[in-house]
Amino acid sequence: MNLETLPLQLRNAIVDLFPPALQWFVHHLLTITVILTVFGLFFAFTTIAERKLLARLQNRLGPNRAGLPWFPKLKLWGITQPFADAIKAITKEDIVPAAADKVLHFLAPVLIVAFSLLGFAVLPFGRNLIPVELDAALLYFFAAGAATELAIFMAGWGSRNKYSLLAAMRALAQLISYELPLILSVVPVVMVCGTLSTKAIAAAQGGWTFGLLPHWHVFTPWGFAAFIIFLIATLAESNRSPFDLPEAESELIAGHLTEYSGFKYALFFMAEYFGLTALSGLGVTLFLGGWQAPCEFLQFIPSYLWFMIKLVGMIVFFIWVRGTLLRLRIDQLTRLSWKFLVPLALLNLGNGAFWALTPDWTGPLVLARWAISAAIVVVPFVLLGRRLTAGQAPRSYRYA
Amino acid sequence: MRAVHDEFHGDLLEVSMGPQHPSTHGVFRMVVTLDGEQIVKLKPVFGYLHRNHEKIAESTSYLSSMPYTDRLDYLCSMSNNWAYALAVEKLGGLTVPDRAQYLRVIMAELTRLVNHSCLVGFLFNDLGTSFTPLLYAFREREKILDLFESLSGSRMMCNYQRFGGCRVDPPPAWLAAASALVDNFPRFLDEYETMLTGNEIMLARTQGIGPMGAAQAINAGITGPCLRATGVDYDLRKVDAYGFYPRFNFRVPLGAHGDTYDRYMMRILEMRESVKILQQAFRELPAGPIMDPKAKLRGFRPKVGEAYGRLEGPKGELGFYLISDGSTNPWRYRVRPPSLINLTLLEELCLGRTIADAVVILGSIDIVLGEVDR
Repeated sequence: MNLETLPLQLRNAIVDLFPPALQWFVHHLLTITVILTVFGLFFAFTTIAERKLLARLQNRLGPNRAGLPWFPKLKLWGITQPFADAIKAITKEDIVPAAADKVLHFLAPVLIVAFSLLGFAVLPFGRNLIPVELDAALLYFFAAGAATELAIFMAGWGSRNKYSLLAAMRALAQLISYELPLILSVVPVVMVCGTLSTKAIAAAQGGWTFGLLPHWHVFTPWGFAAFIIFLIATLAESNRSPFDLPEAESELIAGHLTEYSGFKYALFFMAEYFGLTALSGLGVTLFLGGWQAPCEFLQFIPSYLWFMIKLVGMIVFFIWVRGTLLRLRIDQLTRLSWKFLVPLALLNLGNGAFWALTPDWTGPLVLARWAISAAIVVVPFVLLGRRLTAGQAPRSYRYA
Repeated sequence: MRAVHDEFHGDLLEVSMGPQHPSTHGVFRMVVTLDGEQIVKLKPVFGYLHRNHEKIAESTSYLSSMPYTDRLDYLCSMSNNWAYALAVEKLGGLTVPDRAQYLRVIMAELTRLVNHSCLVGFLFNDLGTSFTPLLYAFREREKILDLFESLSGSRMMCNYQRFGGCRVDPPPAWLAAASALVDNFPRFLDEYETMLTGNEIMLARTQGIGPMGAAQAINAGITGPCLRATGVDYDLRKVDAYGFYPRFNFRVPLGAHGDTYDRYMMRILEMRESVKILQQAFRELPAGPIMDPKAKLRGFRPKVGEAYGRLEGPKGELGFYLISDGSTNPWRYRVRPPSLINLTLLEELCLGRTIADAVVILGSIDIVLGEVDR
């Protein structure tokens, strides 16, 4: 039995049970079911992982009570907490404000979950595991992701709450500002690989130097810069600290979620994590080699496990950031995007073009290629960064 | 007829922030008028926690008011007790034994550590961290509160000071534990500062935000770290030299800009100075009685007269003004609450800033609603 192709064999075995006329339908239904189940559970365990990890960062224990029904002695370190949370969310009263726009208020959580799930369709989870092979997969991914902004604004507007409205306006400003660096950071990858297909991009990052250093895009100067821009933009796109302005607790209570309770709130919560997971998955595909193993001798581990390991790594990084950083103000947030990330991403575009034009440089020219490519991003990074933090420094104080 | 504007103006949005709001530090309410995110008007509304503190104190004996003072600024009960005791001691002409004076300084400075670490933690929460700095600050605060509990029986409502001395004498083990805690405290501050003071987002969010001028602060009667952040050298521990403070070596940090960052740094630097005071106090603590033998707690009847006792509380000048008519109750009892008076500049500091800044400015002023509303 080959672990690498096991999921495909299982799928084919199940599909073969059905008459040929129905096989295409069962095939797609199976794919959808698996994605919903796997990432549904992934979401559930991300929430408990986040709570646990955050708690540890904060010198606490985190949730550790939830066990199993009928086995009160079994505590299981609280890993069944997400299921308890789900039951609570479903059984809670669903409160709709009297003044709310009932249709929009209802539609927003449904739409946001739907849109945030669409991105999973084009992610290559393993060597042969890609739900839909699209030639323009990246375009599709960003188009689907951008639609969530609509749902957030619907939530803010439909709630008829001042905090929600403020949050919705913030969310729009933020998401539009960060859509640009997000997409611009991806373009160099497209230029170098010459394709918009996520499957081909993941496959293009195969191979190792000396069997140890993988040919992932993150290990090139332009790729590293693009990856950092991508990470920052991902934080902003998924409303996570330090860019969690739309739901800034200390300012806007819960932002566009203020008037949501029960399962509708849980849907927003879910959509946020789906969005984060999908974007992280895209980051893994574009920059961290997708399903490729980091070293040649580690190839015996199935490709889909490598993808999952990298995905979990990204999520843990985001949790770590959340436990550490402060929140930006809305004007600083847009300034960071337009005056720092966008110019840097544009320059990096040229960097990608340079890299794509010089694949045949050999010998000492390889060093020159790396040096030029690094200079194209590092110099503007330093200059722009200096302007961004101009006039800010820790101060020294006098004593009476 | 419609007014014609030469530029685009949207409608103004009036938002009532509070009394139920995550970052109004209790039950404070700000009615803010917003133009987009910019504040064009801010009206502070308070009184939700009014408990008739002063009137209750006038209808009860001098001693019975002591536990009530705990509830004023519920983070700093030890300082509140001391300020009230100072006023009553002036009224009754009582003296305080040396050991009690040292204990008072120890308790007041421990309270300053509690208050400032709490404030700094909450300020970072207002700045948008997900509770991490707050919980680290609370870890240190809990250690001090444990000490308070083992000494006075209560974590926050200590009711420890008495006019003429203190209520209980700490055993040597308590002093050793407290001394060890104080010696370790700078490590917490170093860790905290390494993580947060130089953080770019922290600098961007606090430097130049809500600057207060020296003249403006003096006109408004601002005291405490908020005043010193503007560069005015006014610390009652030096100015009034109450208690045994003249015996202690410590410096008063002064800011220059009076902005939120300076207000934050004043707290950090003051904590470092408090640690020095505490270390010296533990070294020099004399043996002896802790109560003035002449002090009569129950049925205390001061002569007709008036007295104002004040001290440098963690939040500013905390004063108690008492008028005695010779009976067992004060005829007039008045608190000068630093929280309330420091709050008076809030609108001026916030105008033209965004709603996110207003939350941070409020956090840096350091209010406790128990004291604002009384």
